Amino acid sequence: MGIDWFPLWLSLRVASLSTLIALLGGLWAAWLLSRKDFRGREFVDAAVTLPLVLPPTVLGYYLLVLLGRAGPIGRLYESIFGEPLVFTWKAAVVAALFHSSPLLIKSARAALESVDPYYEKAARSLGASEWSVFWQISLPLAWNQVLAATALAFARSLGDFGITIMLAGNIPGRTQTVSVAIYDAVEGGRGDVARILVLVISIVALTFLYLANRMARNQFGRAV
Amino acid sequence: MIEAHIRKVFAGSSGSAPFELNIHVKSDAEITVLFGPSGAGKSLSLDCIAGFVRPDEGRILVDDRLLFDADSGVSLPARERGCGCVFQSESLFPHMNLFENLWFATVRFPRRERPGKVREMLERFHLDELGLRRPHELSGGQRQRGAIARAILSQPSLLLLDEPTRGLDAALRQEFYSLLKEARSAFGIPVVMVTHDVEEALELGVGMHVLVGGRIAQSGTPKEILDAPATAAVARLMGCYNVLQAEVLGLDPATNRSRLRISAGDETRFEIIGPYLPGLMLGAKVQLAVREDEIEFGTAPEGGVKLQLRAVVPLVRGARIELEGGIRVSVPAPPDRDQLRSPVVRFRPQSLRVVKS
Repeated sequence: MGIDWFPLWLSLRVASLSTLIALLGGLWAAWLLSRKDFRGREFVDAAVTLPLVLPPTVLGYYLLVLLGRAGPIGRLYESIFGEPLVFTWKAAVVAALFHSSPLLIKSARAALESVDPYYEKAARSLGASEWSVFWQISLPLAWNQVLAATALAFARSLGDFGITIMLAGNIPGRTQTVSVAIYDAVEGGRGDVARILVLVISIVALTFLYLANRMARNQFGRAV
Repeated sequence: MIEAHIRKVFAGSSGSAPFELNIHVKSDAEITVLFGPSGAGKSLSLDCIAGFVRPDEGRILVDDRLLFDADSGVSLPARERGCGCVFQSESLFPHMNLFENLWFATVRFPRRERPGKVREMLERFHLDELGLRRPHELSGGQRQRGAIARAILSQPSLLLLDEPTRGLDAALRQEFYSLLKEARSAFGIPVVMVTHDVEEALELGVGMHVLVGGRIAQSGTPKEILDAPATAAVARLMGCYNVLQAEVLGLDPATNRSRLRISAGDETRFEIIGPYLPGLMLGAKVQLAVREDEIEFGTAPEGGVKLQLRAVVPLVRGARIELEGGIRVSVPAPPDRDQLRSPVVRFRPQSLRVVKS
């Protein structure tokens, strides 16, 4: 039995990259939603949550319309980079990003909101800028929970199937992620390959969930 | 000197009434206390002064420096207001050690001066051995000293303290009061402090403003307010007053006396001799405040009123006797059995103060 490990490596690479992007954008979005009182905040929050509740195929369809070769963003991408975005491994990153970032934004928002506002007030009164309050007070105090949210988002990115198959397709050796490969193996009657991939991906996901739980514990010996 | 005229309205959410804070505080006292019950708007007032909440109308001045003026649109951000804030007993940043906490407050000093400033402040507050400890490794008193040291290090022109002794036991509170007085005189920074503890207000307050329902109900020194509460609400807040409903039955300017019918609770009614009440007609209804410790208590004080005993609460010194109609009397020594068998109280006319409702 020869197992092609490419899908596993691709999934890990896709999940790492999408989690990194989700963390950078998600932190900003979470801070905006938790701290800024702007018009349409609840609408933005609902829009951010939408990917959590929509069927992945619906989300995949939207993204295909937008990012496909005929879609506005897809055309723009192709004119800049000279190649289409859909049905490449980068499309799998976009798919994983949309699959996991709502979870990250939601959890990071809750983490930032759990920081006692007294600390931020005290910091401001001591002369700290908003930038400094965020990086030196809010984020460090919420850091464990933000890291836990990041681990959760990573685990979720690993498991996307619906959006990936619509946006990146199932091209072995190019865009076939592990969840797509498992489906492919079961369909093709290669039960032994499916079993091993299922086992490996379960262990990886379990490890990340365990780490997420460990990290969510507080490090300061008291509630913040 | 601080002068703050603040108006801020919060629309009531789903069924609750809107809340309006409308205060005018002017004080050049060393320590100004904002005193009042929970929900009176004390912390909100502090938040407006510190720049955490923007008032709808008003003007805030500290030592002739304009922090906020609604008319001209001036509103300095919190970091530029120079208000050192200490909140409750837990305001040190938990993820930093004590040294780092103080370091955070040194942004206004040149970088090379900062370590020296932090060390100097740690020494002045007897914390020099504890710089590397995190807040949860410090005692409540040490944390509070650290929070004051940090606030002073930021070179504020005003210290704002929001119930800084909440969660501290009696001994630590006393330690905190001494520390605050020392720090105030050593650094010369005026203090505005919020509390709902009358003892604390009396201990610290040089100037005091009583807030009730978003308004200043009375201003003065704590002793003035304690001796002559202006309203029934202020009298109740002092914690040592009975507030009685009275109807004027007779007025005698010759003897400078009045005859009053007192209603206390649902069923208790009795007549007493009160002070002459100028400007009132027969049948007028007034509210009277009388201190618990100014009511004479015994078996047969002359001209006394017999009331039924409800409970006796032992105090550190003496006892508090609770009688029918919710009337409370404090006595300096625990009462004996005879006194409790048929309790009689007498209200001295000069101890009855007319208060507004």
